[in-house]
Amino acid sequence: MNKLSPLVRFRSIWNPDEPNMKWMITLLLLFGVLSVVLAVGIGPVAVAPVTVAKIVLSKAPMLRDAIPITWTQLDENIVWTLRLPRVLLGMIVGASLAVTGVAMQALVRNALADPFILGVSSGAAATATLGMLFGVFAFFGTYALSISAFLGAAATIIAVYAISRVKGSINITQLLLSGVVVAMIMDAITNIITLSAPNALGLHNAAFWMSGSLAGAKWGYLTLPLIVMIGCMMVLMTRYRALNALLLGDETAGTLGYHVSRLQKLLVLVASLLAGVTIAVSGSIGFVGLMVPHMARLLVGSDHKRVLLVSAPLGGILVVWTDVVARIVIAPQELPLGLLTALIGGPFFIWLLKRKPRI
Amino acid sequence: MKLQVENLNYSYDASPLVADIRLHVKQGEFVGLIGPNGSGKSTVLKNVYRALKPDSGWLAMDGEDLQAMKPKALALQMGVVGQENTVPFDFMVEDIVGMGRSPHKRLLEGDRPEDRRIVAAALAQTGMAEMARRNYRNLSGGEKQRVLLARALAQQTELLIMDEPTNHLDIYYQLQMFDLIQTLGVTVLAAIHDLNLAALYCSRLYVLKAGRLHRAGTPEEVLTPELIREVYGITAEVAVHPATGKLSIAYVPAGMAQREAALVR
Repeated sequence: MNKLSPLVRFRSIWNPDEPNMKWMITLLLLFGVLSVVLAVGIGPVAVAPVTVAKIVLSKAPMLRDAIPITWTQLDENIVWTLRLPRVLLGMIVGASLAVTGVAMQALVRNALADPFILGVSSGAAATATLGMLFGVFAFFGTYALSISAFLGAAATIIAVYAISRVKGSINITQLLLSGVVVAMIMDAITNIITLSAPNALGLHNAAFWMSGSLAGAKWGYLTLPLIVMIGCMMVLMTRYRALNALLLGDETAGTLGYHVSRLQKLLVLVASLLAGVTIAVSGSIGFVGLMVPHMARLLVGSDHKRVLLVSAPLGGILVVWTDVVARIVIAPQELPLGLLTALIGGPFFIWLLKRKPRI
Repeated sequence: MKLQVENLNYSYDASPLVADIRLHVKQGEFVGLIGPNGSGKSTVLKNVYRALKPDSGWLAMDGEDLQAMKPKALALQMGVVGQENTVPFDFMVEDIVGMGRSPHKRLLEGDRPEDRRIVAAALAQTGMAEMARRNYRNLSGGEKQRVLLARALAQQTELLIMDEPTNHLDIYYQLQMFDLIQTLGVTVLAAIHDLNLAALYCSRLYVLKAGRLHRAGTPEEVLTPELIREVYGITAEVAVHPATGKLSIAYVPAGMAQREAALVR
């Protein structure tokens, strides 16, 4: 039997032309779990990773009695009530934003698309604040905020897409400029609302919507984003061939047997759902949707089947660790998470812009 | 009748781009669409492969209403080599060609050895086998064109629609591509710029001028000095070439005409 040396096998995981997807996914998931455990332990009060793991495992019904309690109630409160929901929310938000980026990039056929850059985050934040102020969607109960953010995201994607479409194809200059302008308008609306009605909006102030944060995460925040993320991921995965074909152009995708306009509507819906639901819980965290799909393509090539599978865990890990930095860099104060992602993502965007001649 | 187009009209912003087009392609025919720039060749083809929606007219494929067909059903019968050739992401050549297998795939179905064999064959036929693992974005215009043709071949359709399929190729590959297409025994409707190539390979030609059908017929019937002057506004000499038995067209720019008498022969 022909056995490959460990080094060659290790190297083959990173070959973008023929990546070893089983290894890649296994490694990413392992690293994801490890990130959660480590990230939960880090903070003003440090908790050892082993203790974190024990506390989490002790919550599982069949293990409750098997694990001796060697930690204080304070540690348990910090881990279970404060940090774990926050870190898990970071995972879900990161994965959702990364997948949103993939969907939007396929829609506009350009690697520079991202919910933040194209103003979608701002649109979602604006309608979310509007919804809170006037209670328009109050009858949806707990999900009112998410639904109003979704509507704003959808309206913005459609507007930006319509503005930047010139003679049947997306004009990249129009796309970026219309994204900037729409984002400015929407941010202005958000600012006006939050400044004029501070009490009504409670925890969610202007800074939250503009620069994103995972602070104040609760277990209850996780359900809807998780369901939406898994659902959208499945919808996209079943259509990975169509997404690939779409990159060749609308006309070509049509001649390959795809219903292009239906596909585009689906992508708008998926991207708005993901962006809206995510932004409702975390505010706008920029550039994750830009950076992560690109990193995924460097690792495994452009095939959407692989890009989607790799982007989701990669986005989660990125946001979890960025949030760790946000928590500790000026402790006991906290930096808004979105500021940090912008600090990394901005230069990344410029590099992408300058790297290759635009097509 | 493989492909049938009757009374096709298409306008953009209220100005008609093509009007009253009538066009038939029989099984196994190689039909050329010729005409100057802006005469509506691409517009007609785009209406045929449904990138544009006709204002009026009847289009049929094997007698079936083409506009009512499902995208996938159409893609199994009609392969298209269009003008779109930029791909803004990194894909390997064989991935691009592999996308030609899309209409044959069910939801969630993976690539089978059969698909890989078809893709490899298409790459070999177009002379791109050695480039299979190259990045599509780094190819020259001509190489891209061969990849797109390979993709259409991998689609394994009976009808090929081609919009100037060889305009970026050097003469060697122009001849090679057309030879290949001819030997495949598929039915072809192609917009062609080069009148000599059209004369060599097409069994029939449709001539477009300003969005209307100017003439139709065999190359011998159509490619006369008079028609070339009417449609393109240039002087040309047309003769049967002894080596091929096909028409050969020589263009005579006004400034270079040395034998005035020869032209009015």
